[in-house]
Amino acid sequence: MNDIWNWELAWEALPTLLVGFFTVTLLVTVVSTAIAAILGLVIAIARRSAPKPIAAVIRFVIDFIRMTPIVVQLLFAYYAFTNIDPLTIGIAVFGIHYSTYMAEVYRAGIESVPKGQWEATTALSMSRRRTWVAVIIPQAVRATVPALGNYAISMFKDTPFLLSIGVVEMVQAGLVFGGNHFKYIEAITLAGIIFLLASYPTSLLICRLEKRLAFRN
Amino acid sequence: MAAPNGAVPAIEFRDVQKRFGDTVVLDGLNFTVAKGDRVTLIGPSGSGKTTILRLVMTLEDLTDGYIFIDGEPLTHAEVDGERVELKPKHKTEIRKRIGMVFQQFNLFPNMTVIENIIEAPVHVLGMSKEDAIEKARGLLDQVGLADKEDAHPLELSGGQQQRVAIARALAMDPEILLLDEVTSALDPEIVGEVLGILKDVAESTDITMLIVTHEMQFARDVSNRILMFDGGRIVEEGTPEEFFTNPKEQRTRDFLQAVVADPITGALPWQPAPGASGTPAAPATPTTPSTTSTTTQDGDPL
Ligand SMILES: Nc1ncnc2c1ncn2[C@@H]1O[C@H](COP(=O)(O)OP(=O)(O)O)[C@@H](O)[C@H]1O
Ligand SMILES: [Mg+2]
Repeated sequence: MNDIWNWELAWEALPTLLVGFFTVTLLVTVVSTAIAAILGLVIAIARRSAPKPIAAVIRFVIDFIRMTPIVVQLLFAYYAFTNIDPLTIGIAVFGIHYSTYMAEVYRAGIESVPKGQWEATTALSMSRRRTWVAVIIPQAVRATVPALGNYAISMFKDTPFLLSIGVVEMVQAGLVFGGNHFKYIEAITLAGIIFLLASYPTSLLICRLEKRLAFRN
Repeated sequence: MAAPNGAVPAIEFRDVQKRFGDTVVLDGLNFTVAKGDRVTLIGPSGSGKTTILRLVMTLEDLTDGYIFIDGEPLTHAEVDGERVELKPKHKTEIRKRIGMVFQQFNLFPNMTVIENIIEAPVHVLGMSKEDAIEKARGLLDQVGLADKEDAHPLELSGGQQQRVAIARALAMDPEILLLDEVTSALDPEIVGEVLGILKDVAESTDITMLIVTHEMQFARDVSNRILMFDGGRIVEEGTPEEFFTNPKEQRTRDFLQAVVADPITGALPWQPAPGASGTPAAPATPTTPSTTSTTTQDGDPL
């Protein structure tokens, strides 16, 4: 009976998994999301305001990053920067990788701001900087909250790729635990459940945030 | 059309050409607007009225020619016989004297009403926030929205939004105010309140106004000059009096007839219906044969 599922073992695996979850999985998700959100915005603005040749270069780099698997990027950075610890590399790679997706979301958000808003800032002689900060970004970001939230969740679910560079996040912790007990199913199942328990409320939170940010109408 | 006594005009168009791709919208347009003038541009849709306002507001680049504001070149100057583009900084400086109210209001929905109004005075003119707020409150009072300063634009009706937009433009103390069909997006019963406010502004300030409107009664009440455009050219110009009582050009008559005539009697609103007792001949009724020569069909600009 206990061959398939061992409750005791599951119970025993939980603390290990939670340590992996909080010290790596959650940490990487939060920090990398912050990096991706800020860097993505910078890229989106640069693509729109930079001179054509520079914008083209930015575009090429973005496409390159988006068209290659994150595991390859993790491994590349891991072997290219051997002096940097793997966790830092993981955070940077996730942040940069997802910033390219978020830049795309921001770009759509910026484009969704009606032309009349830009024209009003011209008619009021507002500076370029003030136009972005006071008018365009606040309106563009509102429209992008759901998509940004979904990318955060998707990054969260991508964190097990960190095991490719030896970072012990939750799934890797589960694998180690399973190896020690010659039984994997409990730890891996629990890891899946923890992912679900964390993702689901987050997606609800995003929904609520989206409603709160909507312009009062 | 030169300004009287050699005074520097508020706006001068000199040989202005504007093309969109292959479409020539304005081709060598010349006209001036004297300081304090209220000039209304009328004419059929697509005749280039909006383009003229947008050129003054630097929302469009002019293809060729020059625009002068208070005698200073706006975007291009002639230097040693060459037409050179001026620095963005110069454009911004001149642009500060010009305000514009748009058909679609274009308020910033992420800001409250008062934030919309103080944004540019504080961040462009460097006014203190307290002074800007005080001024904004005065303007909101003037447009009848004193109780709405903390509302968000999308909570307001179209007419209220447009009144805020007027206050926002006035908060910059513009020397020149551009009004592009500011009531066209509004329900008919609201049009009057917005035009009433603009009439007050016209009476209580000496702001130069360049107005595009289909509200002929408003044009008549507020402006001291009317320019009739067709195909990017000035077909006729005159005082409202001349214009509405005795338009010279057939095209002007046709236009006025189409825009404002009573659909049933064919009478223009400021004229008694034809056939009413003691009525002078109504020159623009469809049944009245043209009394003007037809040699101006191609409408050479003045
Ligand atoms: N951004 C644009 N691109 C191409 N054509 C334009 C653009 N804006 C205006 N036009 C054209 O210029 C002409 C004049 O337009 P406009 O100035 O809006 O006229 P009006 O305000 O008198 O109706 C029209 O034929 C219009 O189609
Ligand atoms: Mg127009």
